[in-house]
Amino acid sequence: MPYFGFKGGIHPKYNKSATQSKNTENLPVEVGEVVHIPLAQHIGAPAKILVKKNQQVKTGELIGEAAGFISTTIHSSVTGKVVSVGTVEHPIGGRVPGVSIEVEELTEDYVPIDSGDSFQKTVLAAGLAGMGCATFPSHVKLSPPKDVDALLINGAECEPYLTCDHRMMVERTEDIVKGAVIIKEKLGLKILAIGIEKNKPDAIEAFRKFEKEYGFEVIELEVKYPQGGEKQLIKACLNRVVPEGKLPMEVGAIVHNVGTCACIYDAVELKKPLYERMVTVTGAVKEPKNLMVKIGTPISKLIEYCGGFVGEPKKIVMGGPMMGLAVTSLDTPVMKGTSGILVYSESDLPDLTQYNCMRCGRCIDACPMELIPSAMDRFVVKELYESLADWHVMNCIECGCCSYVCPSRRTLVGGFKTSKRQVARILKEREDNKND
Amino acid sequence: MIAAIVTLAATGFTAGLGLMYASKKFKVDKDERIEKINEMLPAANCGGCGYPGCMALAEAIVKGKASPDACPVGGSELTNQIASFMGMEVSTGVKKVARVCCNGGNENGIVKYDYYGPKDCNSVTLLAGGLKVCTYSCVGEGSCIKSCAFDAMYMGDDNIPRIRPDKCTSCGKCVTACPRKLIKLIDEDKPFIVSCMSKDKGPDVKKACKVGCIGCKMCEKKCPVGVIDVDNFLAVIDPSGCTNCGTCEEVCPTNAIRNFHNIKIKL
Repeated sequence: MPYFGFKGGIHPKYNKSATQSKNTENLPVEVGEVVHIPLAQHIGAPAKILVKKNQQVKTGELIGEAAGFISTTIHSSVTGKVVSVGTVEHPIGGRVPGVSIEVEELTEDYVPIDSGDSFQKTVLAAGLAGMGCATFPSHVKLSPPKDVDALLINGAECEPYLTCDHRMMVERTEDIVKGAVIIKEKLGLKILAIGIEKNKPDAIEAFRKFEKEYGFEVIELEVKYPQGGEKQLIKACLNRVVPEGKLPMEVGAIVHNVGTCACIYDAVELKKPLYERMVTVTGAVKEPKNLMVKIGTPISKLIEYCGGFVGEPKKIVMGGPMMGLAVTSLDTPVMKGTSGILVYSESDLPDLTQYNCMRCGRCIDACPMELIPSAMDRFVVKELYESLADWHVMNCIECGCCSYVCPSRRTLVGGFKTSKRQVARILKEREDNKND
Repeated sequence: MIAAIVTLAATGFTAGLGLMYASKKFKVDKDERIEKINEMLPAANCGGCGYPGCMALAEAIVKGKASPDACPVGGSELTNQIASFMGMEVSTGVKKVARVCCNGGNENGIVKYDYYGPKDCNSVTLLAGGLKVCTYSCVGEGSCIKSCAFDAMYMGDDNIPRIRPDKCTSCGKCVTACPRKLIKLIDEDKPFIVSCMSKDKGPDVKKACKVGCIGCKMCEKKCPVGVIDVDNFLAVIDPSGCTNCGTCEEVCPTNAIRNFHNIKIKL
């Protein structure tokens, strides 16, 4: 397949060299340590709790079941005792319902999942959610109500600093391919392709070896942010455009992250639930590393393992620097969608003084969704949500390219993100009026 | 000359007949009451009621979509006038005033991060549950103040909005603007109000704020008329039975209950 590309995008400094050639290490857990597992680690309804205080749980045991279709299961990541059922720190909600478990025994064994009769049920039982960072429940993506013909594996990892997908592609190449082939066979798809950015030649090389054997195609992607955005990847690889407000299945495509594919292999072949994931710890820490971390481990533990902070930390981001979430407490646990922990010191952060828009139009050139952020920003400031709805703010993927290029440092994407709530309400009202 | 007059008269007569037929055939019955109510309204077209102008409000009142007291500008006099015209009864009570039920300002509430984003309360609440440790508290970006059409609100020195009772028309715009639902419309002559909306347990509230309600039930026990209920670790005073004795304010250990008449307001 040729590379079609997409409009817009930016070229930030990638800063991946600190960790891209380092092998993944397992973050050790100690007896007596407490992990905090939130029940809302995915998009959709938070899981329904199944355990009580003082109950003994084993690694991989089910502690939360899916509450609705768009929701998924949660498993214990350690063997030990439930010390509290209450709230835990969360980067979006502040505090959300969660379970704290004290480690009592160190073990590599896990409780195998009860796989059920269909492929989708197995994926649900393993608690899989998109491992890129959006954490959309995987079984929903794998139950398309329409005809789908293409599966794209997302190995772009376009976010600066992060290297966990890169390392996974090098270290677990065959597992990823097997996971992807499982999806392809179960859903009867015709096209299977993996997109990898050109700045990861070792990963591309690794996949080329399996290309013939498993019958898929490696697409070398241009190095550009947001290449790994679902809609951008579909445009770049298949030259199909996802309509506004619709999911990729509308154009017959499914996109999965490489991490999710590896987890699907684990779930189907090894009956292993999702209770640990790869995290890149980088930025202002003494030894940046790629770690395999049990879900629920507080980020303070990760930073300690990497030798602590360099200087005084100013901002800590969970995920990548472009779309990640700033955390407010070091007790915040690693979740299913945590791809990285990025520490900024005072000197890394730019001056954030805002100036007026000078109509330079750089944001328009940068926007990968072909929106006009400069005009939309004026509507945000004036709170003209009706106009924002007409200017397709719901198409915004919140990639942050507009804010990144803005010479006046306007908080463009932040405003769109906030306004979406109001705009969604207006669009719903319009829909209701149409039906009346 | 005569031909011209005759032609003109004939054309006029035919056109007139056409118009007469059209006015009968396509007649739209317009409710006369709409016009009458529109005349009563202040004709400022300020939009304070939430409708695009006085005419639209008049229409809504006649259709029963808006209540006779919907116009915040006219006051009780207008309300009575419209109500009697419409044959409706309206509670002629004391004027209601918006009250901000949070006192976790700069000195009281503990802040957990520096915020740089858009100056909008909704935006702040999207990040880690707001910039204060308390996830129920006022975030102080002033979305309510922006929504006020009557200059009845301003930002206090401690970053908590203040309301000028004389200018407040109880239109309720600030109530809907607040993402935390901290603003309540309460009778002006009932000043004793719990300035807290935190449903967290006592120890959690203490960690987050100096003046939060910890749900200790002191006020509930000491209230002589029994109008205070503590539910979900939060005291709620029912203003309808309150006698303004002030016992609750005295016994409250965290000063979460305040007398709003004693709060200084810049006029």
